[in-house]
Amino acid sequence: MKQMGTAKELTVEATVDNLNKVTSFVEEALEESGCPMKAQMQINIAIDEIFSNISYYAYQPNTGDVTVQLEISEEPAEVTITFIDQGIPYDPLSQEEPDTTLSADERKIGGLGIFMVKKSMDDLSYEYKDGKNILKMKKAFR
Amino acid sequence: MNINKNEEDAKMTIALEGRLDTTTAPLLEGELKDSLADITELVFDFSKLEYISSAGLRVLLVAQKAMNKQGSMVFRNVNDVIMEVFEVTGFSDILTIE
Repeated sequence: MKQMGTAKELTVEATVDNLNKVTSFVEEALEESGCPMKAQMQINIAIDEIFSNISYYAYQPNTGDVTVQLEISEEPAEVTITFIDQGIPYDPLSQEEPDTTLSADERKIGGLGIFMVKKSMDDLSYEYKDGKNILKMKKAFR
Repeated sequence: MNINKNEEDAKMTIALEGRLDTTTAPLLEGELKDSLADITELVFDFSKLEYISSAGLRVLLVAQKAMNKQGSMVFRNVNDVIMEVFEVTGFSDILTIE
């Protein structure tokens, strides 16, 4: 029987020390699927932005878990990554977009991460359901 | 991420290898804090850098602000992925990319 895709899940504590664990988890599966390097790097950046946001803010001042669900389909070739946490309700997609035309001295970094994710992924969605923040991102890679 | 520093009088070249992300950006920040004092010419060599996330951009912005006051800062060998990050965020207008 031909395998038509991959679905995997990883749950870790929401701390930036676990970023590498999450990145490797996704990267290994993407490598097997033949995802081009450039798309893979963009996905790694997006994981950094989303996962670090959750780590810094979701459970403050306590801690909690993040579940990362990974789905890779072959036809069409695309990857969907879903981040689920049970922290305070927060929709990162509602953030105001940063002004990218300011000079170095006027610049602020806040909001830039999510903005980069919006630009590099093909689809993003957020919902708060049953006490959970559910952020889904999708990227086609062929 | 590896940070390879090469200093020649007031010129410093920093070659980064790996990923400039949330976990590694503080390393670069610490390195710059310790060594920028007498530098007037700062060169970043990104030939072995894979990508930069916003945590890395923040550190580069701090460095740019410092070097605006004391000299020049340029980036060399920037790959496709990083160039796109610079362009999307408007950093390509602030930074000098050769």
